[in-house]
Amino acid sequence: MTDIREVSVNELRHLVSDRALTGETMLLNMGPQHPSTHGVLRLLLELDGEIVVNMIPDIGFLHTGVEKTCESKNYMQSEVLTDRLDYLNPMGNNMVYCMAIEKLAELDVPERAQALRVILVELQRISSHLLWLGTSGLDVGAMSTFLYCMREREVILDIFEMVSGQRMMTTYIRPGGLWRDVPAEFEPAVRSFIDYMPAKIRTYEDLLKKNELFMDRSQGIGVISGEDCLRYGLSGPVARASGLNHDLRKKQPYFGYENYDFDIPVHTTGDVYARYRVRVEEMTQSLRIIEQALNRLPGGPVRSNNRKYVPPPRSELGTSMEALIHHFKLWTEGFSPPVGHVYAVSESPRGELGVYMESDGSPKPFRVHFVTPSFVNLQALPLMCRGLFIADVVAIIGSIDIVLGDADR
Amino acid sequence: MSEHLETTVKAIQDRFDAQVKLFRGEYTLIIQPEKIVAVASVLRDEFGFNMLMDITAVDYFPKETPRYEVIYQLYSMPFNVRVQLRVPVDHLISKLDTVETVFPVANWKEREVYDLFGIVFNNHSDLRRVVMPSDWVGHPLRKDYPLGYEEVQFSFNFDEIMKNKPQPKD
Repeated sequence: MTDIREVSVNELRHLVSDRALTGETMLLNMGPQHPSTHGVLRLLLELDGEIVVNMIPDIGFLHTGVEKTCESKNYMQSEVLTDRLDYLNPMGNNMVYCMAIEKLAELDVPERAQALRVILVELQRISSHLLWLGTSGLDVGAMSTFLYCMREREVILDIFEMVSGQRMMTTYIRPGGLWRDVPAEFEPAVRSFIDYMPAKIRTYEDLLKKNELFMDRSQGIGVISGEDCLRYGLSGPVARASGLNHDLRKKQPYFGYENYDFDIPVHTTGDVYARYRVRVEEMTQSLRIIEQALNRLPGGPVRSNNRKYVPPPRSELGTSMEALIHHFKLWTEGFSPPVGHVYAVSESPRGELGVYMESDGSPKPFRVHFVTPSFVNLQALPLMCRGLFIADVVAIIGSIDIVLGDADR
Repeated sequence: MSEHLETTVKAIQDRFDAQVKLFRGEYTLIIQPEKIVAVASVLRDEFGFNMLMDITAVDYFPKETPRYEVIYQLYSMPFNVRVQLRVPVDHLISKLDTVETVFPVANWKEREVYDLFGIVFNNHSDLRRVVMPSDWVGHPLRKDYPLGYEEVQFSFNFDEIMKNKPQPKD
């Protein structure tokens, strides 16, 4: 390795204070292989002693060029890539990608598929929040929650394995519905999970509430105002912890969220502790949604009958010539949505997850762009960290729940 | 559709000579590049579009003027409506100013567009690459940027591919 490129401080001149040039403050590299950065995030910190004067986040270590790859694959093949973006929220990514296709092609989704999507995405939200709770607790010195959270997350991943055959990269939600119906064991498994989970959530809260370290390092740390949230485009739990009552599941409901009775937890202090409260309360609300959706789970098909977009069932192939042709066309060439562009949004565990999709009438997407919440959250990180200690930076990174696959794409 | 959105679209259309498109219930306003900062600040201050959710671009490669379209997704939290702004931009000659002064979130979003498309935003405070390495050559999301792949080896092209294949060093 001889061709290491050196970056002079002059290139970053406009980002650091004058004191950095005289050597009064120190520029320190944190990451990309730092356990508290939850992946591969590099932070260039300008420090005055132990106090952060400024911070320059450097992302892109996990950039995989998903948007470029999508342009060379057909719509169905590209969906597999969406799992890999936000690897803690594959169901949600599949869903928002399918929402864009469904909007573009005006494809219908059967009621049963809608309700199952809601259940699966809410389970995914809980599993994502569990991983967040465990790791961010670990960052500030609450070790035991991590192990408990992982244990409960495993139950959810087992449910995903049951329905889709995969624990994480599911690709279960497909344009026009689902890949196939859920097995008979699905409902009892989810019911036993929602019976068992509320007590566990109380346990986590007890564990953390009585943990001096956690309380000291989360209250009054990393405050961001609601106004700054708007200016920096922050959404999701970070915005709700700063007093913005904004949740797309309520504001612009999709897949029948308007029929479920649930609350949006909002806190006003905007610190690390408020973000923790919002996410823990969201887990309880997600359980409520799952229970209502399960109780009202309608029967019927889980895939649209539109054969131009959705492959026919296997049983029809032997008897119907049309089904055979559709099957062949869909799996060789793929479907071609009409010319146009749409922007579909959903509420991911981290905030507003959007897909901008443009079609030129061919079987390959002309342009797919993922609007990811982690990217904007990271941009606002310096705002929350200025004037605090390095140790607080670790707690704040944990609290905004970044997923680098989501930020870098 | 919301009444507020319709009056907003009408007002912007009249004041800034914008074209309006409606597709699948989404309004798109096509704006001239010189007017983007003015339109963004009017939308924010007068019509309550207080959040910029995204900036991205599309490359229509063989077409030269305009080659790109820069897309802004705006959201109004008080009125709960969205509007899309599209700005056609020519290849090489960019008259597009940054909207960073109106929406600070545009800083990184514009860096991303610059990084992946090579569209330059005038007066941007920190126009560096954001996801690609800083010494990268080229802008990957342009349509004329090659998509790397490995050619399949058959008997007719076996030798030629073997010749160019990187071999492990001794």
